[in-house]
Amino acid sequence: MHPFMLERPRDLSAALALRAQAGRNDAPAEYIAGGTDMVQLLQEYVRRPERLVSLAGLLDNRIEAGPQGLRLGAAATMAEVAAHPVVIQQFPVISEALLNSASPQVRNQATMGGNLLQRTRCPYFRDVGYSACNKRVPGSGCAAIGGENRWHAVLGTSENCIAAHASDLAVALVALDAAIEVRGAGRQRTVPLIEFHRLPGATPHIETVLEPGEVIAAITVPATAAARRSHYLKVRDRASFEFAVVSAAVALEIDGARIRQARIAVGGVGTKPWRLPRVEAALAGARLNPAAFRRAAALAAQDAQGHGHNDFKIELMQRAIVRAVETAGARA
Amino acid sequence: MTSFNPTRRDLLKLTAATGGALAAGPFVPRAAPEAAAQGTNAAPAPLNVVLRINGTEHRLTLDPRTTLLDALREHLHLTGSKKGCGLGQCGACTVLIDGKRVKSCLSLAALVDGREITTIEGLARGEQLHPLQAAFIERDGFQCGYCTSGQIMAGVACIAEGHAGSAQEIRDWMSGNLCRCGAYDHIVAAIQDAAAAAGSVRKG
Repeated sequence: MHPFMLERPRDLSAALALRAQAGRNDAPAEYIAGGTDMVQLLQEYVRRPERLVSLAGLLDNRIEAGPQGLRLGAAATMAEVAAHPVVIQQFPVISEALLNSASPQVRNQATMGGNLLQRTRCPYFRDVGYSACNKRVPGSGCAAIGGENRWHAVLGTSENCIAAHASDLAVALVALDAAIEVRGAGRQRTVPLIEFHRLPGATPHIETVLEPGEVIAAITVPATAAARRSHYLKVRDRASFEFAVVSAAVALEIDGARIRQARIAVGGVGTKPWRLPRVEAALAGARLNPAAFRRAAALAAQDAQGHGHNDFKIELMQRAIVRAVETAGARA
Repeated sequence: MTSFNPTRRDLLKLTAATGGALAAGPFVPRAAPEAAAQGTNAAPAPLNVVLRINGTEHRLTLDPRTTLLDALREHLHLTGSKKGCGLGQCGACTVLIDGKRVKSCLSLAALVDGREITTIEGLARGEQLHPLQAAFIERDGFQCGYCTSGQIMAGVACIAEGHAGSAQEIRDWMSGNLCRCGAYDHIVAAIQDAAAAAGSVRKG
């Protein structure tokens, strides 16, 4: 690790003030909470902050469930949220996405906020031995375009970056219209999760709309009929402890033999958690049958662009959507 | 000094030093070559840290970069916890913090100040092994042994969490611990034995 000063502020205001002095990206200061991603990034010299500001013990870690929905404190761990009875019963897609993420150890350490802010697993980003990575060193190029890109995104890419967003949780949450409570020095705001992560465009190093010094304080998820009938399907190279090649989060509101409303998001394929409104529109009013699901899922491919090794994801994504809709539709 | 009774660890240290592979001093964090060349790799101000390990309080002065794993191994000489990958992927470093299993290589020591940490050294009661330790011996749950302490710490947590109800469930909930010898069948059997003995087998 590059040398850093470790700040252990007494309260959140002090942490926000410390961090606000620094800029947004490649900042001389960074936050650390659960640390499961940050310590990897530090160990591999991907991040080299001069100052690390600890949020340990400073952020809300409560899980609150009410008639309006869920409020997940940013410091609640993946394990705590996955095991919460209301999450399991009313928001199964969240619990399933979490239990299919990482390992039991990491789920005990990693926080909600950190999960949404984890950096991509693109091997060119993670390995400083490669000089070309616009996310790590703005303007240096993209080694994944034309390189080994089996793991990379097919939706939302740009000529500067094709790295996939790695969070399963974010895919589940974006399907459920979650929102992020953001805290900064002297201010507070709420951002819909769908607007929280940015497309890479010409600035892939800027991944979210967080301003310098701001933190995720909490995540809110509205309670809906669709959330109760929801499912997360993760397709990966081994059965456990692996990132998604492709994943699908599906939430359905069903009226008799027809889908009244569908919410669909996909992971492993997007540069950010990817919602599919056209697929949802095609499923609204559709009968519960596989042919209808396949026709709707085909619309997911409209904007998809493969880069060689990851071309198979375009077909696999559609099949994952179909299977996840079937599973959710079969739920009582 | 009349007799030479080196521990296994002393021998390892000696071997490494004579091989010229280990720099002087108890622990030197991996240095970035380019940063060193620029002269910006000066050690940051050390921090005072209190670690509660296996019921004993230890007051340490640590480089902020020190992970919990390195604090255990290099500063407290509790070398039961192993460093495999150092990146949270192999599970050899698994310890319990406040009763929950974690990867000690992904925790900065200064950020677990005051928490209750249990390592493999804290499992046995005197000469009496923890039931899962005994089960690992009984079932031959290892070959080279490098992953074993991490497997046992994760297994203890797996049983306590109620995730040891079936072989399949154990495999799923032990997936954060790799064994490159491939002793998985015996590891799973040992955890099943210990779970049954603890009467904690649950449906599911």
